[in-house]
Amino acid sequence: MSDSPDLAKLIFGRLTWDAIPFHEPILLWTFVAVAAGGIALLAALTYFRLWGYLWREWFTSIDHKKIGVMYMVLGLVMLLRGFSDAIMMRMQQAVAFGHVQGFLPPHHYDQIFTAHGVIMIFFVAMPLVTGLMNFVVPLQIGARDVSFPFLNNFSFWMTTAGAALIMMSLFVGEFARTGWLAYPPLSGIAQSPDVGVDYYIWGLQIAGVGTLLSGINLLVTIIKMRAPGMTMMRMPVFTWTALCTNVLIVAAFPVLTAVLALLALDRYAGTNFFTTTLGGDAMMYVNLIWIWGHPEVYILILPAFGIYSEVVATFSRKRLFGYTSMVYATVVITVLSYLVWLHHFFTMGSGASVNSFFGITTMIISIPTGAKIFNWLFTMYRGRITFEVPMLWTVAFMVTFTIGGMTGVMLAVPPADFALHNSLFLIAHFHNVIIGGVLFGLFAGINYWFPKAFGFRLDPFWGKVSFWFWVVGFYFAFMPLYVLGLMGVTRRLNHFEDPSLQIWFQIAAFGALLIALGIGAMLIQFYVSFRNREALRDHTGDPWGGRTLEWSTSSPPPAYNFAFTPRVHNRDAWWQMKQHNYERPTAAFIAIHMPKNTGAGVILGGISTVLGFAMIWHMWPLAVLSFIALLAVAIGHTFNYQRDYHIPADEVSRVEAARSELLANHV
Amino acid sequence: MSLKALRGLLLPVVLLLTGCHTVLMSPSGDVALQQRDLIITSLLLMLIIIVPVIVLTLLFAWRYRASHKRDDYDPDWNHSTMLELLIWSAPLLIIIALGAVTWVSTHKLDPFRPLERLSEGRPVPADSKPLEIDVVALDWKWLFIYPEQGIATVNEVAAPVDRPIEFHITASTVMNSFFVPALAGQIYAMPGMQTTLHAVINKAGDFDGFSANYSGAGFSGMHFMFHGMSEAQFGQWIAQAKAGQALSRDAYLQLAKPSENAPVSRYASVAPSLFDAIVNQCVTPGPSCMSGMKGPNLPAPEHTEDSMHDMPMAQPQ
Amino acid sequence: MSDIQAIPLPGQPSTLSFHLSEEHHPQHGTLLGFWLYLMSDCLVFACLFAVYAVLGRNYAGGPTGAQIFELPVVALNTAFLLLSSITYGFAMLEMQRNGKRAMLAWLAITGLLGAGFLFLELREFGHLIAIGAGPQRSAFLSSFFTLVGTHGLHVTFGIVWLVTLMVQVGKKGLIAENKRRLMCLSMFWHFLDVVWIGVFSFVYLMGVLP
Repeated sequence: MSDSPDLAKLIFGRLTWDAIPFHEPILLWTFVAVAAGGIALLAALTYFRLWGYLWREWFTSIDHKKIGVMYMVLGLVMLLRGFSDAIMMRMQQAVAFGHVQGFLPPHHYDQIFTAHGVIMIFFVAMPLVTGLMNFVVPLQIGARDVSFPFLNNFSFWMTTAGAALIMMSLFVGEFARTGWLAYPPLSGIAQSPDVGVDYYIWGLQIAGVGTLLSGINLLVTIIKMRAPGMTMMRMPVFTWTALCTNVLIVAAFPVLTAVLALLALDRYAGTNFFTTTLGGDAMMYVNLIWIWGHPEVYILILPAFGIYSEVVATFSRKRLFGYTSMVYATVVITVLSYLVWLHHFFTMGSGASVNSFFGITTMIISIPTGAKIFNWLFTMYRGRITFEVPMLWTVAFMVTFTIGGMTGVMLAVPPADFALHNSLFLIAHFHNVIIGGVLFGLFAGINYWFPKAFGFRLDPFWGKVSFWFWVVGFYFAFMPLYVLGLMGVTRRLNHFEDPSLQIWFQIAAFGALLIALGIGAMLIQFYVSFRNREALRDHTGDPWGGRTLEWSTSSPPPAYNFAFTPRVHNRDAWWQMKQHNYERPTAAFIAIHMPKNTGAGVILGGISTVLGFAMIWHMWPLAVLSFIALLAVAIGHTFNYQRDYHIPADEVSRVEAARSELLANHV
Repeated sequence: MSLKALRGLLLPVVLLLTGCHTVLMSPSGDVALQQRDLIITSLLLMLIIIVPVIVLTLLFAWRYRASHKRDDYDPDWNHSTMLELLIWSAPLLIIIALGAVTWVSTHKLDPFRPLERLSEGRPVPADSKPLEIDVVALDWKWLFIYPEQGIATVNEVAAPVDRPIEFHITASTVMNSFFVPALAGQIYAMPGMQTTLHAVINKAGDFDGFSANYSGAGFSGMHFMFHGMSEAQFGQWIAQAKAGQALSRDAYLQLAKPSENAPVSRYASVAPSLFDAIVNQCVTPGPSCMSGMKGPNLPAPEHTEDSMHDMPMAQPQ
Repeated sequence: MSDIQAIPLPGQPSTLSFHLSEEHHPQHGTLLGFWLYLMSDCLVFACLFAVYAVLGRNYAGGPTGAQIFELPVVALNTAFLLLSSITYGFAMLEMQRNGKRAMLAWLAITGLLGAGFLFLELREFGHLIAIGAGPQRSAFLSSFFTLVGTHGLHVTFGIVWLVTLMVQVGKKGLIAENKRRLMCLSMFWHFLDVVWIGVFSFVYLMGVLP
């Protein structure tokens, strides 16, 4: 790269041509495919002159709806990556028996399961959850946007920057081979001297900034920006769960930031926090990371609970049963989620009293969760249930999640956990709750709110195809893992000796294949719906007979969401407005105060990616430069005082008149 | 209905699972057996509520479908104090029951607690002393040191049937988990720390053991055989090992170097206090050695049952 | 439910009003948001304190707190920081009175006191590293340097922010936005003070105890 090796080392750090995996055919072909696809995409964007449109209307947008959609796109793209990892693991485990070593040597396999966990939690589930909250919450509370619109855009780009770093590790260097929580000493510099763990640390730290800020943002939005009349006990349940989730984000992510920073110090500065020598204590890492890690799973599941609550009430055409107990159950879960972290490592050798305490607090969480399930059940009771796609996901959730919850309580009994810990039983359990709880909920939410975001419904036929493949595939993929767990098989193995296990792994691989078809059907669903968008068009803004405020405005909503801020008298605000024959205003519009777009978020996210990359590869001059640039852009941005503008009343009248015409012609 | 009877109801399922070698459902050691009973008890307790929920979900979904056009549709019905009481108290009662079971069993089956019985109805004889085995998780193989017998083995461990065993467990570099499913539940093997596991094997036989916690490249091949055998056979097995070479500190350092799928090997003698040196990271003297870690006046905590018990983490030694 | 109001007959207009006819001005969320940020930052410090509590006596044969802490210097340091909080308070009083020049002067003094604090802290760090008591020496020193250093890093950012705000006030005057920003920095600065009191008592005072 340069004549002087010292200069090259200064500039490029440890990055050399060896870091590009030319010798790994799987990676090389993946890279070729991704590069070809990427170039085709970029070419298409250029050909159709979409760059300006994307930049103006999306990348720099501070509209919570567009940012929400961008989060969803990020999550779905990363789902494809995370799922490719999953299917490779399933294939490997289905064939690697006896003398057959399979196609993934440990060096590669260990990166795959680490990447699978990291991507699915941080870059699939989190963006999808954050995206839905971003899109739905301001609409549900009758607000024009979130409290800090620029911060929202910035948060999104930081999350994307983290995702970009993780994706880069596929083709430049390698990813961590430590498992998704990177326990030291394995993740320490002595055992993992390569860049893998550094990709992990910087990817998560940068994305973590985005998550934390978006948590603060949504929290303030919900507390400060509710429409007049919407008291706390009139908030839609999804908003309640979003509130609790963001409380958890704000109170949990700093712990992750701190613990990863300490790990980074151990690796970069030679400190002794988690080393085995000089007084370090690796088990402190395990404690700290689970103090974040357990609330994290509730960060994911609570909004899903909120989605089910909205869906089940809408499609049963009934008020939600037991709203108050639903709210209290959510709050109780929020609080309890901080008191259970030790159940992830009963086997560390804590005393019996400590283990029992954490085991019992864990079980107590199942009480409010059980109450929620019953509340959904009694919402269906004496309803008029229509089985649209979101409702199908909800019913599948209620059955599947119940099973997952049951196995979770089994794992919470410490002596039982001694036998089941780290086994495939555990893997089956948490996939059972994360897929059966979080992912099913997100799919319900996507199908439910898609017409609100784009103005047309998703095709129900392909939605149902996807649903059945997913649900059946899930049971085929994970029920065998319960059995394998009882056969004493542990997680993260890439080769087996006992041939009697193989049939179970083959069934699981078949299940993964069905899930692949489910994902395929979902992609077809998006395509078909886009193609048939005129037939699927929703002119009313209220395609399902909704109950909450987001359905009172048009689909897609105008930039300002509501021409006049709604006034709320009931927790099913829109349902009540319909019952009272509410007529939307058609005159006397006023100018609306809105925030202005800015490119600062994209630029800061981009510089953060460079900074992370430079730190990972020890490119110190670049790191210093990009850090200074980051600071300069951030400070420069604060000198911009012109951050908002008014949508003139004429413009509002024009938009609203167009909608009146549409409603008159089509409804 | 007593739990025993309930357990009987589930017997067919258990038998089915034993049919496909589910070692956790048909273990050979008393501790693992009690853990299995606990798994089944907790499962049954929860099925009391899980089964009705699943049945009601499907029933309500079917019964109240819109096309059914039932006339009891009630769009505003959203509260019933009676039902609310029921749906909070039913899970609560089950968790109270399960919580009690948990408290008792967690104390009874605490791995640090010496055994009280060999199997149901057979208490440990008062004069018996447990067989001590020191376990070291290396990269990526298992070292077993028998301090009384003065031998050591790699990737193979044996114990006489019906004699309590006391494992002392540590690791050389990274965290592992010591697990013989047929014998007893697992416990972590952590560098610089020591955990304890009390167990007993009730049947002769060869049982799989392995690391249950991912520890790096050679993790998949990090398994060993646990042999349950008669006292006589155990004596022979020890004698066999006595024929091998010595495990000096240098030999240990050689052994500790990372290797994958290591073969079984045996050592006739063991360097004095090697295990303590491993736990304290003191095999090679130098800065890594942990003695004196705790400051000048603080001795390493005594490894008694109680001092261990109420600590949030295992003691660094 | 009390929430269900009487439904009007079909075709009848409702007695309830369902929207505002003028622009809705929700409360400004910046101060709440900044509070939440501070609380999350507080959790980062809580973690570092917890880590120090666990590792703070693991000297690994290296120096102990009693051997390396120079309490008089730290006391001076503490005085600088506490004083800077007071001077920031005076700046805020001037802001209320719209006394731009006096406020800028107080801010400058605050910044100088902060810089003095940093100088003494860096001097302490440099001394420790020079005598071989750097963060690599033992877990105790790792956690000490990290906890104190993280606080120092916050003070550094506080000073950068302070200078930025002084420029902005100089350019734009005491407009509403700038006042809000000054309020945020004020909270930040006092927060760092509170954290330092924790560091001073927990690390230094307790550290020199036998």
